[in-house]
Amino acid sequence: PQLTLSSSVNSPIRVPGCRGLSQLAELPDTHQLLRQTCRDYADRELNPIAARLDKEHSYPAKQIQELGAMGVMAIEVPEELGGAGMDYLAYSLAMEEISRGCASTGVVVSVNNSLYIGPILKFGSEEQKQQWITPFTTGEKVGCFALSEPGNGSDAGAASTTARQDGDEWVLNGTKAWITNSWDASATVVFATTDKKLKHKGISAFLVPMPHPGLSLGKKEDKLGIKASSTANIILEDCRVPLGNMLGPRGAGFKIAMQTLDSGRIGIAAQALGIAQASLDCAADYAHKRTAFGSPIGKLQAIQFKLADMAVAIESARLLTWKASLLRDAKKPFTKEAAMAKLAASEAATFCSHQAIQVLGGMGYVADMPAERHYRDARITEIYEGTSEIQRLVIAGQLLKEYQS
Amino acid sequence: MGSSTSLVPKSVTAAINAHGFGYFGCPHTFGQVGYRLKRTEQYIRVKPDNSSVVTDGVKHSMNPFCEIAVEEAVKLKEKKLIKEVVAVSCGPQQVQETIRTALAMGADRGIHVEVTGKDYETLGPLQVSKIMAALAKKEEAQLVILGKQAIDDDCNQTGQMTAALLDWPQGTFASELSLEGDKIKVVREIDGGLETIKINTPAVVTADLRLNTPRYATLPNIMKAKKKKIANVKPADLGVDITSRLEVLRVDEPPQRQAGMKVETVDDLVGKLKEAGMV
Repeated sequence: PQLTLSSSVNSPIRVPGCRGLSQLAELPDTHQLLRQTCRDYADRELNPIAARLDKEHSYPAKQIQELGAMGVMAIEVPEELGGAGMDYLAYSLAMEEISRGCASTGVVVSVNNSLYIGPILKFGSEEQKQQWITPFTTGEKVGCFALSEPGNGSDAGAASTTARQDGDEWVLNGTKAWITNSWDASATVVFATTDKKLKHKGISAFLVPMPHPGLSLGKKEDKLGIKASSTANIILEDCRVPLGNMLGPRGAGFKIAMQTLDSGRIGIAAQALGIAQASLDCAADYAHKRTAFGSPIGKLQAIQFKLADMAVAIESARLLTWKASLLRDAKKPFTKEAAMAKLAASEAATFCSHQAIQVLGGMGYVADMPAERHYRDARITEIYEGTSEIQRLVIAGQLLKEYQS
Repeated sequence: MGSSTSLVPKSVTAAINAHGFGYFGCPHTFGQVGYRLKRTEQYIRVKPDNSSVVTDGVKHSMNPFCEIAVEEAVKLKEKKLIKEVVAVSCGPQQVQETIRTALAMGADRGIHVEVTGKDYETLGPLQVSKIMAALAKKEEAQLVILGKQAIDDDCNQTGQMTAALLDWPQGTFASELSLEGDKIKVVREIDGGLETIKINTPAVVTADLRLNTPRYATLPNIMKAKKKKIANVKPADLGVDITSRLEVLRVDEPPQRQAGMKVETVDDLVGKLKEAGMV
């Protein structure tokens, strides 16, 4: 039997109806300026404090406000709602530069943009957008996304948090786990099931303000990395919200979560790129200065090969991330590309940060140099917003569809 | 981050404008961003023939004092004390990027005075101030704000020369600026402390470090900057002759810092100083 390839498999990089390959080779002026602005901000305001934020586990409230004032906390949100009115390519660039300065700040920005504002922008009513997006564009308030539970992470369809209607209110009960921004957030998108028998089709999304009666926070997790962002359980005990707080149609929760994560993946890919790039910067700088056997170690092939491998890993992941962004901006399907970007970028981050420590030798193991922080920060990128294993399933699923005759 | 030092393209911006005041300019020049000076040992390299510094492949950015000048102008506009802010820069195509940054910070329009190649290499404060003076007259500016000096050549001349050519009063090394009727009050940083002067308009002001803290361009403003106009002119169009009156004979790196030495007693110290001919 002959294998027939569907046309999309041979699709060129050129995305019809939008900018295409030239965008990957050279960014438009506005995006270059945006990238430079975010880089300057990260170099001057984030990089000098990142080590302290990590050591003290302290939330960068001032920096988040400053980023909010710049429009970075709501990049895709239209200007009428208080956002920057830019596209996902801009978001990827901003995320990479911010994360290059401080990965924790990066994840706070990403969760607010993609996971909290994202679904409300896409599925919310006009009223919900005004109420739940506009106050979260300035950096004064941030939101979070409550999907995972102690009993299920990758298995999102098995949600056990329940929502039952009582008069003109929804009553939520259950526990959500690993929620980024939880201790600093003023609202959350919560996924709960109204009918367990319907399995994933019974899940709906709800908007819950924070703090709120019936909603409490577990202890802040003591994480390996991204320590300046708070991660904790959200416990719902007869937590009541008005009926109007349901986001999107009843039973659409799982679909909302999956679509939201598709976009969130691009943000996390960009965060991973920032960490990877920071690791390469650190290693390459050290290779120029450190001498061994009479010359800078950058002259040694072993070091050169490492740096080359790091650069290739980063650049390929970056192009994947930009492509996923361009597809999304052109309103084309981007699920496969987003999963590829997140997979490639997170593995690049762990690879580059690992090799950066190796290049630095003993200095890479101590807090005097940022390499050890990058190593710890990188690790989570292969886990949250879809583990690398889930990404592979998503990619394979999309790929096999393309080959079906 | 990264290994390259930051240099700034040589150019000057002037601002001009109706009703009241307009303004600002910032000389852009080669230099190192303070942050890098502190963190790395990588310095600007002198070309092998000692003719000038290497600029190819080195990242350029807006002169820090120019950023402060832009910020001051935008603030004046936000206070509705001036009507329009025009950003001017002299140099090759790349300075358009710098003008765009000024537009993203809030300037209304830009003027790119095209100077390329050898002309650009020899462009100095005298030539730039002639251009600025010509533009100020042409645009009927009421206020021209520049950075006090550029961090590559540290000349600290353009503002003063521009004022002289225009026969306008000047308020240099400004750490505070306020408009009082049709006069400008300038607090100047001088060796002895602070000096406050009141000057008539039209005037030239140069920005010092403590005048303000420049803003980061906001994303919506970066988008808006795309639509703002940048006009192109050549020095000849303004009737300005940019031939240099200076010839740079030689550029050398500062001498390598030598290791010091430790001595056991004060007598030894005095002895060594005498040997070196220092006492």
